[in-house]
Parts: sequence; C-alpha cells; structure tokens
Amino acid sequence: MSDTNENESAEPETDALPEPEGASDIIDTEYEIGQDNVTPKIGPFGLDIHNPVFAISGIVVVAFVIITLAFQDVVGPALGDLRGFLTSSFDWFLIMAGNIFVLVCLGILVSPLGKVRIGGADATPDYGYAGWFAMLFAAGMGIGLMFFGVLEPAYYFATPWGDQPLMNEIGIVDGELADPAAIEAARLSAMAGTIYHWGLHPWAIYAVVALSLALFAYNKGLPLTVRSIFYPIFGERIWGWPGHVIDILAVFATLFGLATSLGLGAQQASAGIGFVFGIEGAGESVTFAVVLIAIITALALISVLRGLEGGVKRLSELNLILAMVLLAFVVLVGPTAVLFGQFFGNVGAYFSEMLALSNPVGRDDDGFRQGWTAFYWAWWISWSPFVGMFIARVSRGRTVREFITCVLLIPTIVSAIWMTAMGGTAIDQMINHVTESAVYGFVVADYVPELSLFGMLSELPFAAITSMIGIILVIVFFVTSSDSGSLVIDTITAGGKINAPVSQRVFWVIFEGLIAATLLIGGGLVALQAASVSTGLPFALVLLLACYALIKGLMSEPR
Amino acid sequence: MYRKVIFPVDLSHIDQLDKALKIATDLAHHFKAELCFVGVTGTAPSALAHTPAEYTQRLEKFAQDHGGTSGLNTSAKACVSSDPAIDTDKTLLQAIRDLGGDLVVMQTHAPSAVDYIWAGHGDTIAAHSEASVFLVR
Repeated sequence: MSDTNENESAEPETDALPEPEGASDIIDTEYEIGQDNVTPKIGPFGLDIHNPVFAISGIVVVAFVIITLAFQDVVGPALGDLRGFLTSSFDWFLIMAGNIFVLVCLGILVSPLGKVRIGGADATPDYGYAGWFAMLFAAGMGIGLMFFGVLEPAYYFATPWGDQPLMNEIGIVDGELADPAAIEAARLSAMAGTIYHWGLHPWAIYAVVALSLALFAYNKGLPLTVRSIFYPIFGERIWGWPGHVIDILAVFATLFGLATSLGLGAQQASAGIGFVFGIEGAGESVTFAVVLIAIITALALISVLRGLEGGVKRLSELNLILAMVLLAFVVLVGPTAVLFGQFFGNVGAYFSEMLALSNPVGRDDDGFRQGWTAFYWAWWISWSPFVGMFIARVSRGRTVREFITCVLLIPTIVSAIWMTAMGGTAIDQMINHVTESAVYGFVVADYVPELSLFGMLSELPFAAITSMIGIILVIVFFVTSSDSGSLVIDTITAGGKINAPVSQRVFWVIFEGLIAATLLIGGGLVALQAASVSTGLPFALVLLLACYALIKGLMSEPR
Repeated sequence: MYRKVIFPVDLSHIDQLDKALKIATDLAHHFKAELCFVGVTGTAPSALAHTPAEYTQRLEKFAQDHGGTSGLNTSAKACVSSDPAIDTDKTLLQAIRDLGGDLVVMQTHAPSAVDYIWAGHGDTIAAHSEASVFLVR
C-alpha cells in the first residue's frame, strides 16, 4: 500500500453497480473519481490533487493576501463597503432564503422523504450519537457561542445605538433602568432575537448543504465534493468548468472564513488571557496573538495526524464536556431559579416573534435586520460548504429524519439553553448592578466585545477557573475548526478523494495559520472577513438551487 | 507452522504487487495455509468503488480469481474506515487480530526521508502486529 498513485485500475467487471448497503439510487456517470487529478512529487512527498481546483484556489488565495497587504488603504474600505452594500441592499433576499431553507428542512422532516437512509437502506451509522453530535456542534458554531453567548443578548437588552430587534423596548436607557414592564419586554425581545440568529435558520443552512453532500456521495456514488450536489441540474457538465467554479468558491469561502476567524479568534483569546491574568496590553499585542496562532496551528497539526477518530472526534467530545461543565456552573451559581423560569419564556418568545423577525420586507429595524440578521445569514452561508461537508462526512448511516432532527432541532434547543444561561445571567447582572456591572462596561459603555464573556464570569465565584475553562474552550474549538477545515479543503482540492496523502492536510493546516498570522501582522483581517462574508450572497443563490437538487435526489431514493 | 496468511492489498495498485503476491502464494502453499486478502476502503466514493459494498465485491472477486489460478484456499475481508488516509494501519492491525492471521506478507515502498516522519504501512504493521510480518520491497 504505497502512497504513489495510479488510479487507472481495471474497469469494474460488471456494468451494474451494486447498491451501497441496501437499496439506493446510484447515479451512473462516466466520470471516474480522481480522473482529473495530478500526482506530482515535491521532494519525497507525493501529492494527489485535482488539477484546476487546487492550483487556481491556491493562486487566488495567495494573490488575494498579497493584494490585501499591499493595498490595505484601498482594499480594506472597499471590501468593508461591499459587505455593507450587500447586507443592506440584499437583506430581504438573505432573510427570505433563510426562511426557505428552514421550510425545506421541516418539509423533508415530516414528509415520507424522511425515511431515506444516508448510505443505503441497510447502512449503519459510522459514529455513535455522542461523538456525532459533539462533532457537528463543534464544527457548526462552538466558537460563535463562546463569543456571542453573552455579547448578543446583553447588547440587544441595552443597546443605545437603536439596533435592537424589531425596535422593541430596551432595558437600560441612558444608564438608568427602565420600568419593570419595559425591562421584561426588552429581555424577552433580546433573547428571541438572539435565539433566532442561533436557532433553526443557521442550522437549516448547514443541514441543506450537509444533507445534499451526503446524499449525492453516499447514496448516489458521486465524489464527496460540493459540485456533486448540482448533478441533477447540470448533468455531466458538472465535471467541467461549472463544477470547478463551484468547488473553487467553496475552497475560497472555507479558507478565508477559517483564516479570518483564526486571526480574530487569536486576538480574542489573547485579550481574554490578558484580562484573566492581568497582563497589561496582551489584548493589543500582535506578537502574543501570533504566538497563539502558532500554538493553535501546532495543536491542529497533531489533531490532523491523529485522524478523524483520534483527533477531531476526541477534541469535540472534550469540548462538549467542558462546555457542559461551564454551562452547569453558570446555571448553578448564577441566578438558577430565574434561568429555569426563563427558559420556556425565551423559547416561547422565539416562536411568537419568529414571523416578525423573519419577515423580509416592510420593517423599520434597519440596524438589527441589516447589521445583524443579514450579516449572520451571509456568514452562516459562507461557512456552509465547510460545516456542511464536515457534517456530511460524519453522518453516513443516519436516516434523513434522524439527520434533520439532530442537525436542526436539537442544536436549536441547545443554542436556546446556552443563550438562556449565558445571556440570561448577563442580563440579570445588568438589571442588578446596571452601569456597575462588568457586562455593561464591555458591551455598552466601552464596546470590547471579546471580553463580554469574561466580564460576566468575573462577577460569579471562581472566576479565575471558569475564565480559564472559557479560554481553553475557545482555543480547542479553534483547533477542531482548523483541523476539520483542512480536512474539507483537502477533500475538495483532491476532487473528492478522502484518502489523498496526509501531507496535503498538513499543508492546508499550516497554510491557514500562515494566512492568519500574515494578515494579523500586516493588517487586513477585517477586510478579508468582509470578503468571505460577501461570498455568502452568491452562495445563497447556489444553495437555493441545491434545495431543488436535494429534493429531486431524495425523491428518486427508495424509501 | 502458519495457518492463515494475511495479504493486505490496495486494489488500486494491483500491478505493483506481483513480487509480494508470489511470495505470499508460495508461503501459503508451503504451509498449506489459507490466503486471506484484506483491504481498507473509505466510506466515501472512490475511483475504485462507488460504495463500500462495491469495494467488497471487487475484493472478493480478486480473492476468488487468485484462488482459482493458484489452487489455494483464499478469502477476502474488506474493512471500511471513515478516514482511510490516517486509520489504514490501525484498521489493518485490528483485522489481522480479528481474522487470527499468523503471517502477514505485505508490499511496501523503498524507505525514503519521509519515513522518518511517517512510517510506511508495512513498517507500522511490522512494529505493532503480533503476527510474523514479511515485508517485500
């Protein structure tokens, strides 16, 4: 079993393809996986890469980084403006697309299509529930929940900038508490707005991509790469340029999304470390953040070399446990009774305000709708090739109904619990201490979003320990993202092969760390983040097409 | 002395296996042992097979054909891994244990600088398997 590669083996002996495990509807295409791959040797390392996709995405990424660094003054503002333009002009489109994704998922869930099993009628799941759920949560939004869990509810509750959900009440006006009725209304509205952004809609976006990829790879026998989803629409043309473009866009969105998150996340983690250990200027120190990126990249490298089972899965499980410990701690030492009382109220508010929040037109809450909702939707969509591909990779053997329940409904409940605990505690602190509370200081008085979680924890007992857990969680979530991200990029740039040489994954992990560090030193992280969010809009169109392909693909499966 | 010879096989490199396969066949004849072909496949479609089931079918056919030409008692075991790029060694070691193989004959590449970082599959099997291992360069 050497690593040199020659794929031209004998043709299959029989023309009829056997079914995967049990009945399924295999697509019979002339295309052989890896037929467009080249296998150059760099020194002693052999590669196995898809010809145009690897080269073009590599060159475009390097060129983009150089241009962003060289023309920062022009590129930065231009990309920022582009993002602003897209989220304010096409907010209605993004919000509408989000609603369609939720409806498609719920429709499939309750229809007979839910009985289809990924990988064939008799396939058995590759991963148990705990490991599976831990992985899809870590990939989907782990890091975001750490960053926004306190920030977003606290922000909506007391924003002085007029961007609260639906222009509802706010709880603190000019540093003074509002009247009790307004406080309760503001709290419910803040929680509903937050859960809306972390609930059914983002997970529906992921579910559509993940389910489509899994279906076309495991049931239809097409390569595990984004272009395969569009086979029902483009047919054999998908192996040519239309497919190359889709795959390159997916690599681009994944790599820039990851690199910018890694860079910004390292800044957040270093700010957190500076806050917890009282190191002056740690938050502003570029050196400190670059060292963190190096550590995260080194850990990701170890994780990559341990594979899916020994790396990402273990770390995701570790993180799920740590996150549950942190959650349980906040619930128990925080305002326990208040939080338990609020949970159902928050979920109720989420559902009762859902129609108003997801209405794409005729609203006057521009700050919230464009600045938050449209931004989030574009962000989730630009991440969807990465998260979707990773979820697809670990979901073989589940039925579609099980899949949608576990990728859409359960994460929504978990997000609601997390937001209730973190945001509820933060709002409770703001109600009790108003402008004295650390959360008010970091979210409203001086906007230092990366410290909001640590501010909330600092007012609870054992703050040093819990903040340390918080920092570890942030770092490990980045390690898993970096690892699973390189797994995904490698699979796409290898034309859907999952057994390409490991040196390629190592290359992508290091490349990601380098982009993040370069942009952190040279500036331009925010500009690149704007660029990757901007890919969300064209991708929303692509995903709407994917919905059609998905339903068509599911309907041809035996149930 | 040996009852079951395990021959790990990568179906995409059959053309490079002549030497190792001949040795495995000769040894199996000599010891009147069963020759068992073990292959590892990914869960995702590959150039070889769209599905694990198709891979299994091909491996079984390969074993059967070889049994026909060599007159040996042959069998096949296809193992499915969700991350074959990393887990192949671990999966093979487990299969050798499960199948009760007592001699492994395996094709391996000539050592190079990369082996200091990543050992070849054969090296790892030889280092960790309880069975006797015959590596063929």
